[in-house]
Amino acid sequence: MKELLERALNAAQLKGASYADVRLVHRIEQSLLVRNGVVQGISQIEDMGFGVRVIADGAWGFASSARLTVEEAERIAGRAVQIAKASALFKKEDVDIGPPVVQRGTYRTPVQIDPFTVPLEKKLEVLMAADAAMRAVKGIAATEAEMVFLRERKIFASTEGSWIEQEIIESGCGIEALAVGPDEVQRRSYPNSVGCHQMTRGWEFIEECDLPGHAPRIAEEAVALLTADPCPDTVTTVILGGSQVALQIHESCGHPIELDRVFGTEAAYAGTSFLTPEKLGTFRYGSEVVNITADATLPGGLGTFGWDDEGVPAQRVDIVKEGLFVGYMTSRETARQLLKLLGPSPYVTGLSNGTMRASGWNRIPLIRMTNVNLLPGTWRLEDLIADTEEGIFMDTNRSWSIDDKRLNFQFGCEIAWEIKGGKLTRMLKNPIYTGITPEFWRSCDAVCNADHWVIWGTPNCGKGQPSQLAHTGHGAAPARFRNVRVFSRK
Amino acid sequence: MLGESQIRELLEKAFRISPADETEIVLEAHDSALTRFANNTIHQNVAEVNTEIAVRVVVGKRVGSAITNRLTEEALGRAIEEAVAMARLQPENPEFPGLPDPEPIEPVLAFDEAVAGATPEWRARAVGAVCRMAESMGASAAGALSTGIYELAVANSRGVFAYHAGTEVHFTTVVMCDEGSGYAHRAAWRLTDLDVESLGRSAVDKALRSRNPRPIEPGVYPVVLEPYAVDDILSWLGYAGAGALAVQEGRSWMNDRIGRPIMSPMVTIWDDGRDPAGLPLPFDFEGVPRQRVVIVEKGVPRSPVYDTITAAREGRRSTGHALPRSRPQTASLGPIPIHLFMAPGEATLEEMIRQVDRGLYITRFWYTRLVHPRDCVLTGMTRDGVFWIEKGEIAYPVQNLRFTQGYVPALAQVRAVGKERWVLSEGFGFTCVPALLLEAFTFTGVTEMPGR
Repeated sequence: MKELLERALNAAQLKGASYADVRLVHRIEQSLLVRNGVVQGISQIEDMGFGVRVIADGAWGFASSARLTVEEAERIAGRAVQIAKASALFKKEDVDIGPPVVQRGTYRTPVQIDPFTVPLEKKLEVLMAADAAMRAVKGIAATEAEMVFLRERKIFASTEGSWIEQEIIESGCGIEALAVGPDEVQRRSYPNSVGCHQMTRGWEFIEECDLPGHAPRIAEEAVALLTADPCPDTVTTVILGGSQVALQIHESCGHPIELDRVFGTEAAYAGTSFLTPEKLGTFRYGSEVVNITADATLPGGLGTFGWDDEGVPAQRVDIVKEGLFVGYMTSRETARQLLKLLGPSPYVTGLSNGTMRASGWNRIPLIRMTNVNLLPGTWRLEDLIADTEEGIFMDTNRSWSIDDKRLNFQFGCEIAWEIKGGKLTRMLKNPIYTGITPEFWRSCDAVCNADHWVIWGTPNCGKGQPSQLAHTGHGAAPARFRNVRVFSRK
Repeated sequence: MLGESQIRELLEKAFRISPADETEIVLEAHDSALTRFANNTIHQNVAEVNTEIAVRVVVGKRVGSAITNRLTEEALGRAIEEAVAMARLQPENPEFPGLPDPEPIEPVLAFDEAVAGATPEWRARAVGAVCRMAESMGASAAGALSTGIYELAVANSRGVFAYHAGTEVHFTTVVMCDEGSGYAHRAAWRLTDLDVESLGRSAVDKALRSRNPRPIEPGVYPVVLEPYAVDDILSWLGYAGAGALAVQEGRSWMNDRIGRPIMSPMVTIWDDGRDPAGLPLPFDFEGVPRQRVVIVEKGVPRSPVYDTITAAREGRRSTGHALPRSRPQTASLGPIPIHLFMAPGEATLEEMIRQVDRGLYITRFWYTRLVHPRDCVLTGMTRDGVFWIEKGEIAYPVQNLRFTQGYVPALAQVRAVGKERWVLSEGFGFTCVPALLLEAFTFTGVTEMPGR
């Protein structure tokens, strides 16, 4: 494979590239899904190929192929250069990626038990047990239990002299119970909704999740929701469960701090951002208890790695400090653009903070969330609820929608409880809350402590054309927000 | 391109080496390229060649699957071995009806040499014209133009062999100017069916007209929806309830409503994977020929679509709407209509606007998500051109609104249907849809930027 990579880089330079990098990616993904007591499928996906990214005539080009021969490597490198030259027909200025980045090394996700060494029988046993425990609850109409395991080996090499080898391992799992009434459908999920909770960890993570142990509660809650009162239409205090805080961070902080979005390069698809450059270092994003980082070094996070797909080392970056907006996630190119726009400052270095990732060999790297985290506060959850005279506790996301600048959001949760006199009281169904991002985060007056802090995984973050799904992490604990508009589905 | 004979040869080899009782192979190959632009310049420009082989094997009533993108005999043999090993691990699935038997499949032409031969330079010049047009008007264009060839072959050891090769060209642009924006999109399999420059012009024009939008209060308003917004309605109705699995599990908007009028008599929706007016694909991912299925007829739900397993559950035949079954997460969605048509009406957009005393003209919806499945309640934002209509005329642009609205009750309130239809495809499959005038649509919020 070394020869293939070297031939691709050489061919790109011979055809006129001033810079080239090549990524060879080999990915194995194993999925198991049990539905209504029946094994819906077990599959193993093998995917391998390489992509060549070049700058020629001052513009970007990229081509990729699954045919792993040196002849194909040279052909694809030539195609990338041809594409770059076509891009240059309408360029405004030459691409500037700043000073060379030369990195050599290896990284492997640390795992206690490699999930690919665990027999499929054992995995199925856990899923069947969880599924059976959900189906044992009267009133359940459908159940689902799943696991996903991923091993991605990749080599990055560049004409600047980098050679990096990485192996990323992920494990994920989840269960869902569906209850159907005459006019109502309710779903409960664990540990998170919309598929799996996923981490860069081994089989030990699946064991810690204890799907069978949580299955009866999930199923009972789904059935109870059918006859629960609807969430009232009011403005009140809201405490969000940790996984919902994670999604709130993802949508209303993670995406608007992607500097490519800020510069308009995702305008036609993912959208732009309200966090425009003049706000850097001056804009009050949240209250003083809001501290947010982007941290690709966090052990176990789904956005944890050794180097990004431009060969830049993983880093921990402040994004919001005591409520003040202080940082973006950047690439080599956008970091230079920001420097040119704002000049050097404590918040602007002109160097990438290592967030460029591609979803596979056949995609270019884009700025993607690493682990974007709300740092823990000081509260115990029980104390926070006791401190709340009136409000609603909402948990587990059911629907999410936010505008193209990431300002106006509306999120629905699977379940809620009314808080009265500092206690959780009746269960509420179909809870929805809505708001405007900075107003919402400025209304945050309490974040729970490290005992409640979990690095939630989002394995389905969409961006880019052709579309890419990224795996991102979000450390979060339950948090309280004041004066929030809540309602039930109409 | 691999071509039908090379694919047939490869798949026959696979059947010879497979020890399973039954074997199915789905081969998808593509050679595609996409030129992306923003801020009136090309910033991403990519190409990809890939082939994926999905193996599904049956041992008794146990099913296992494996997928590889390696085309060597060794890799294919390994995939079959893995699939068989996985099948043998499982308990029997008493419901599994077996792989489908062969049925005649009429080929449909969907291949255009002009799309297949499109070069990076052609794409650059086409998007360059849109960028120049936007720049000359003080606007900023972003978007993507893609061209590609794809091949799909589905074969099984019971004798099914289905092969289809097609081309696709997609263009999307968002043009922005002084807090205004415009949008245009189309998909086609023939190059001559997609006029990039004219689409770009319409987006630039919309961006200029939507500059400096005025505030508006949330509320219930009559709306004229461009086909882009109607595409969202049809796609969600299809995804969230027009498949047989959703109906069988009781989570569909069709439950207890089949045969009863629930939408306007002006609403007729069907799925047809063979109509060359769309992006045809004459068979599904089990190799079953796609049937034309009427989902809603004059406001009355008629039938969801079926794959072999959901059809067997009701003692019927598959309508040819299986999704790829080798990925458990996709298979768990059940059958879904992905070639959706809505019957046209007789109105022009201008005639619809003239029928509105006070209401909204909406270009498209954005980031829509299912709030509740039974009425297909969605929330989302408007985007890229919202206008206030006053006394039958477009009066001025307004700011974007958030809506929370059941799409089923919305379609009960249709006052007019457009006579022109657009082919749109921003995800999996496509829709061919007209504009609509709806009596009432519920908007639940607006976007305001707070100060520092």
